Amino acid sequence: MCAVIEATQLVKRYGEKTAVDDLSFSVKPGIVTGFLGPNGAGKSTTMRMIVGLDAPTSGAVTVNGRPYAEHRAPLHEVGALLEAKAVQNGRSARNHLLVLAATCGISSRRVDELLGLVGLADVASKRVGGFSLGMGQRLGLAAALLGDPATLILDEPVNGLDPDGILWIRHLLRDLAAEGRTVLVSSHLMSEMALTADHLLVIGRGRLIADVPVAEFIRQASSDLVNVRTPDGGRLRELLVGATVHVTASSPGRLEVLGMTSEQIGDIAAANGIRLHELVAHQASLEEAFMSLTHDSLEYQPTEVTHP
Amino acid sequence: MTDILDNPRVAVPTMTDAEASAIKVTARRVTRSEWLKLRTLRSSWLTMALAIVSVPGIGIAIAWSTANDWPNMRPRQKLHFDPLADPLSGFNLAQLAVGVLAVMLIAGEYSGGMIRATLAAVPRRLPVLWAKVGVLTTLTLVTMVPTAIVTFFISEHFLAVRHIAVTWSTPDVPRIVIGVGLYLTVVAALAMGIGAIVRNVAGGIGAFVGIILVLPVIASALPQTWGDRINKWLPSNAGQALMSISSDNSTLSPWRGFIVFAGYAVVALIAASILLRRRDA
Repeated sequence: MCAVIEATQLVKRYGEKTAVDDLSFSVKPGIVTGFLGPNGAGKSTTMRMIVGLDAPTSGAVTVNGRPYAEHRAPLHEVGALLEAKAVQNGRSARNHLLVLAATCGISSRRVDELLGLVGLADVASKRVGGFSLGMGQRLGLAAALLGDPATLILDEPVNGLDPDGILWIRHLLRDLAAEGRTVLVSSHLMSEMALTADHLLVIGRGRLIADVPVAEFIRQASSDLVNVRTPDGGRLRELLVGATVHVTASSPGRLEVLGMTSEQIGDIAAANGIRLHELVAHQASLEEAFMSLTHDSLEYQPTEVTHP
Repeated sequence: MTDILDNPRVAVPTMTDAEASAIKVTARRVTRSEWLKLRTLRSSWLTMALAIVSVPGIGIAIAWSTANDWPNMRPRQKLHFDPLADPLSGFNLAQLAVGVLAVMLIAGEYSGGMIRATLAAVPRRLPVLWAKVGVLTTLTLVTMVPTAIVTFFISEHFLAVRHIAVTWSTPDVPRIVIGVGLYLTVVAALAMGIGAIVRNVAGGIGAFVGIILVLPVIASALPQTWGDRINKWLPSNAGQALMSISSDNSTLSPWRGFIVFAGYAVVALIAASILLRRRDA
């Protein structure tokens, strides 16, 4: 299927600061696309540009072939949840939705259905100023779904939700994608994306770092690292090192082997009469893989203070 | 919330093709949305009530107490009393209420994130500004013109006892009374333009009060030759010419002044519309 959201060489600068730097990507329907990156990587800015709230410094982004603002029925095109508190505090939840629904003639019946769907029916007449972050997210989600949109753009929707709510939103996103909708959801947590998304767009410092299916990202990430402790470090190292095997020694008796399983290492050691005191396979977690991928692009890195 | 967890298959109600193709943004719908926005905030009701009550409240109080005190007042005080303008002087407070409401309606959307929900729903943006201006000026016009007329008749009813009342058929009287409503309507439009430019409630109210109230006070300190030339062109002075009986060298003629005042509002709104299109939300 062809892409619904198409970004071409998007650039957004605020004065000297470049928030989004030559970003090109496409988002396809029928799957959940995770938009992953550390805080400040440019995810929210990119999402705001998709729905025309921020104008790109250069480049362009289209939804269904056109800039968002050119659609006659924008809420049917894209439902966006960009911040939980895109509300005026004095208004009730129901009135907030009615106000947005009125812009394109969506019925109050649908507003009530959606309030029920997101679990806010009981507090529909309460002022949104008193809502928790999680309730605000649910209200924002109802607003995003008002126009029965073909595309959903959700910025960190699980923020502030309790575990029940997180589970619920995962189901919802998967169901929406299964209905054939385009779903773009951002997060700074790899673990969350691994559970929700089918495809990943990873960005750091406004640049695209990876554009891969989640399954492939996980496979790449979980390359095995084996820790070996042996009194014959030098000999074992010579036996293991090869074109696809990388060995580093942190101290003479400790080796870190990359590119070989612990079984293979153990067999080679036994065949050559090398004593092993420790043989530990260590699988890099997704979070570690994500960190190593984005490490160079972190905006705010703690600087190491060295004492003389 | 438990029922959602018991049944994790969440079905978003879908629209039929006919329903979906009907949900287009139109100027009329955006106007309805803005009317609903205004109605669903308590602050709108409070400020609008203040605007509506202050004109008859102050006017009738002045007329009633003057009528009571009339026999005891000194000739100089009697000479200073204006039986037409004084009972309408509540517009001074009403203009603050209307201006504050106008600034809140637009700038208030920026203090939370509401403006982003609004502009995502109406991505062409300008219909939002025109709808807000249309809703508030219409509301101001249809409430404040009758309010001024009612205030006039009740006040003059009290003053008639002392034979100092003016009547509706006196030349210039209808223009001055209805002018209160027209002036306040333009105040609403001007304040909305200011609010849209400043995008901050406190800053917008400050700028509005500065232009309407403070600027004439500062300008009145100018040397007279300068003052006579400049003061009459200031927005509120120009607008209030519509509510004055005589025009001399120091004021503009009533309708000319009003058109100048409306011109300021138009300039503010054009600037606001250009900025609304250009700036990131």
